[in-house]
Amino acid sequence: MSKSERPNQLFRNLNAKVASIPMILTALVIFVGGSAWTVLYSFTNSKLLPRLNFVGLDQYYRLWSTPRWLISIENLLVYGVLSLVFSLVIGFMLAALLDQKIRFEDTFRTIFLYPFALSFIVTGLVWQWLLNPEFGIQGVVRGLGWESFNFDPLYNSSIVIYGILIAALWQGTGLIMCLMLAGLRGIDEDIWKAARVDGIPMWKTYLFIIIPMMRPVFITALVIIAAGIVKVYDLVVAQTSGGPGIASEVPAKYVYDYMFFAQNLGQGFAASTMMLLSVVVVIVPWAYLEFGGKKRV
Amino acid sequence: MSDHAVSLPAATGAIRLEASGPRGPKPRHVFSRRNIFLYGTLIVVALYYLLPLYVMVVTSLKGMPEIRLGNIFSPPLEITFEPWVKAWSSACTGLNCDGLSRGFWNSVRITIPSVILSIAIASVNGYALANWRFKGADTFFVILIVGAFIPYQVMIYPIVIILREIGLYGSLSGLVIVHSIFGMPILTLLFRNYFSSMPEELFRAARVDGAGFWGIYFRIMLPMSLPIFVVAIILQVTGIWNDFLFGVVYTRPDTYPMTVQLNNIVNSVQGVKEYNVNMAATILTGLVPLVVYFISGKLFVRGIAAGAVKG
Amino acid sequence: MRYQFLTAALAVTTALPFAGPAAATDLEVTHWWTSGGEAAAVAEFAKAFDATGNHWIDGAIAGSGGTARPIMISRITGGDPMGATQFNHGRQAEELVQAGLMRDLTDLATRDKWTEIVQPKSLLDGCTLDGKIYCVPVNIHSWQWLWLSNAAFEKAGVPVPKNWNEYVAAAPALEKAGIIPLAVGGQPWQSSGAFDVLLTAVGGTDTFLKVYRDKDAEFAAGPEVAKVFKAADDARKMAKNTNVQDWNQATNLVIAGKAGGQIMGDWAQGEFQVAGQTAGKDYTCLPGLGLNEVIATGGDAFYFPLLQDAEKSKAQEALAETLLDPKTQVAFNLKKGSLPVRGDVDLEAANDCMKKGLDILAKGSVMPWTDQLLSQDTQKQKEDLFSEFFAKPDMTVEEAQKRFADIVASAD
Repeated sequence: MSKSERPNQLFRNLNAKVASIPMILTALVIFVGGSAWTVLYSFTNSKLLPRLNFVGLDQYYRLWSTPRWLISIENLLVYGVLSLVFSLVIGFMLAALLDQKIRFEDTFRTIFLYPFALSFIVTGLVWQWLLNPEFGIQGVVRGLGWESFNFDPLYNSSIVIYGILIAALWQGTGLIMCLMLAGLRGIDEDIWKAARVDGIPMWKTYLFIIIPMMRPVFITALVIIAAGIVKVYDLVVAQTSGGPGIASEVPAKYVYDYMFFAQNLGQGFAASTMMLLSVVVVIVPWAYLEFGGKKRV
Repeated sequence: MSDHAVSLPAATGAIRLEASGPRGPKPRHVFSRRNIFLYGTLIVVALYYLLPLYVMVVTSLKGMPEIRLGNIFSPPLEITFEPWVKAWSSACTGLNCDGLSRGFWNSVRITIPSVILSIAIASVNGYALANWRFKGADTFFVILIVGAFIPYQVMIYPIVIILREIGLYGSLSGLVIVHSIFGMPILTLLFRNYFSSMPEELFRAARVDGAGFWGIYFRIMLPMSLPIFVVAIILQVTGIWNDFLFGVVYTRPDTYPMTVQLNNIVNSVQGVKEYNVNMAATILTGLVPLVVYFISGKLFVRGIAAGAVKG
Repeated sequence: MRYQFLTAALAVTTALPFAGPAAATDLEVTHWWTSGGEAAAVAEFAKAFDATGNHWIDGAIAGSGGTARPIMISRITGGDPMGATQFNHGRQAEELVQAGLMRDLTDLATRDKWTEIVQPKSLLDGCTLDGKIYCVPVNIHSWQWLWLSNAAFEKAGVPVPKNWNEYVAAAPALEKAGIIPLAVGGQPWQSSGAFDVLLTAVGGTDTFLKVYRDKDAEFAAGPEVAKVFKAADDARKMAKNTNVQDWNQATNLVIAGKAGGQIMGDWAQGEFQVAGQTAGKDYTCLPGLGLNEVIATGGDAFYFPLLQDAEKSKAQEALAETLLDPKTQVAFNLKKGSLPVRGDVDLEAANDCMKKGLDILAKGSVMPWTDQLLSQDTQKQKEDLFSEFFAKPDMTVEEAQKRFADIVASAD
């Protein structure tokens, strides 16, 4: 069915348009307007206050020759890929386990989900405490007699990003599990019956039949995980403040630090423009394919 | 039907909502190898998830001398509620020594209107997008989804300017608007998916009866969308309650939400770090969303099934 | 006294429009003083201000100036300014002043003769822009101090060092006794500040000024500064086992004798005081690391955003006067461990370390500090560099110095 065949199209669409004004305003004024404003000022040498004093690409040259920015990008890539993969894999596996007609499903589900109710600030604090080499996990294991046990990710530059990943997964996988579980519950029982009749092993059924059928769930999960990855900030601040040194810095923190701590808006805006650009390049084509362009038939 | 939905065999909302029982092969014997593996894995994973909570609770019940002894996993020898009392009512930030108590009510005052407004807007958006698609609607929606990926830090400055221009900077309404704006992308996505999965016939029948945009929304869509509203409420209550960045930038000290005070308490080190008070404060701050989750866990999964499964 | 007369007059005028307790004008004051010693100090301000018949609303933001300043600036540029706010005087608030968001205090300053009472005079320079005064300096903070735990050196069986070089020589003994030789917290400004102190102490005042005031990049890449980087390398090795973030936790390691010493500004003194320790007996302080005894005239100042409300504007004046009042100055600075901004107050109660500082001040061995000489942008780049340098043992001294010279070259 097509909307255009409806009577009084103009008037009714008008109503829908009126109802969508907050969305349109948000999209245009905040997201488009705010982004355009940011991009414009990234070409200026604004310091504490935005000023239209253009300096061309200077801020970008500086950005890409700053070691801290390069480390931030590298960290985001490592963190992003691992967090995406592990969230999806762990989330799916937990959901599949819970979907085996087990007892105490509610209890398990609640346990896996509760960290999601806690903020990143809280998550960061707890894990900072757990990973503290003196009295955290390392200290306790050493106290049990294993003196050479070493587990201090937050104080070791080369693995600190994994310490953050551990905390992030603890906080976020529960929600992904819920999404996956919901998806699994949407699969028709007949599919399982048919697979069993054909003698297909369970893992194969999951891999080749169930997962492809759950494409929409994976997409929603992907949106949620990916949006969280790009924005990762609070967790790092609470857990390591970017340390040791600058080993766990992330782009969002660079943006914030340079805009506000360093009082160099131009530099912060240049960094956020780079983030914006990568988001747009990856997301827009995909979002159009996924959500736009298609007419309801 | 939306062609996005055909990828799922159980294609109507009604069927899916009922089908929330466990699927998959049936279990055989209680102590089969499969069961041992299954429950073993689940229990080990559950321990990993519970460990931080355990440490938080245990630490918050210890006195400082006991904490200095070092083992964070050992249960308290002497249970004390002192840290809780201190965190709630007398921990200091600068000159203010009234703990988290003030922030609690501020958080309530911020969260309730923000949750209501953001959900009201997003549900109407989702409905308009799913059932009344007008020209250009998709473009706005795509912009909105892309908006979900923009780090908040990028938007702080433009929003400061916008709020200043409309005279709402520093006021509660300003913060409520900010929360509604940033909750919009994901919520709209959820509502849009949910409404597009509702049987088209319902909508058609209502149209034949002459119902208009708002008539259908209030009389047909709204009563049928309890599950997705539960999801939206849970997501927003947690999101807004836990927010730190907007709370600190767009409010002033007398309206600081609980998270800001938590940060102040945790970072105001007066001599030695009082881990027990910090942990108690942390749990207290997380209590509201935790309670919401524990009460509505089941509804949450069901609602997610309804809103997120369809793409 | 003129001052008392004024406050009395103010109390009357503010009391007129309203009756009863509503007469007190609430003034919100934001600052980042939240550690034990700091909070005790700021309480003195609040007490004195409340005594003028107004009311101090405390807007403390925890987590050091880096966290607090963005919030303050957003508030001011967002059109919801507080009544008064702390900044380190110098260039932090420069643009806010240029944009006309801050109140011009020149009239008040002329009336109360600030130029006569504030000592050393250079302090007011940090508050002055185009000949107008925009802030009230409240204390002098100098970074150039080394704080040593007497107990730690006793345990290690070596005498308490008298300067940086002896300290470095004593490091192995400390380490052998299971003591962290030097405590440097993880917050970036700490390692960057420690380097600046080494630059003045090891390199000398002229070296410091040539790098930061003249921004001589060639000099910064040269052999004079290389010596300083060598010292920073020593410091980094001595500090490698510190695993705390906050400066006062690092100070706490020294207080507890778990660390031998700390390079930190005189605000660390407040922490020793809160812990009940006595200078000379429990801890030793070496201004200028015992090598170059100077005091940098950095410090904290209060700025007053331009407000529309006449009542609040009056309260701002009352606060400005309170901050400079001799009695408040003494009470505040004793708790804070910093030096007062006026030379005519009696600091009888000052402890050994503060007296050392006052002596140096009296001799006129003062120099400007990075807050006055460098923009926040340059400061931040410096912080990034030195926090990386201190945390990454495999970063070579040469590489660090090269990057340092680059920062100096682009500094403004």
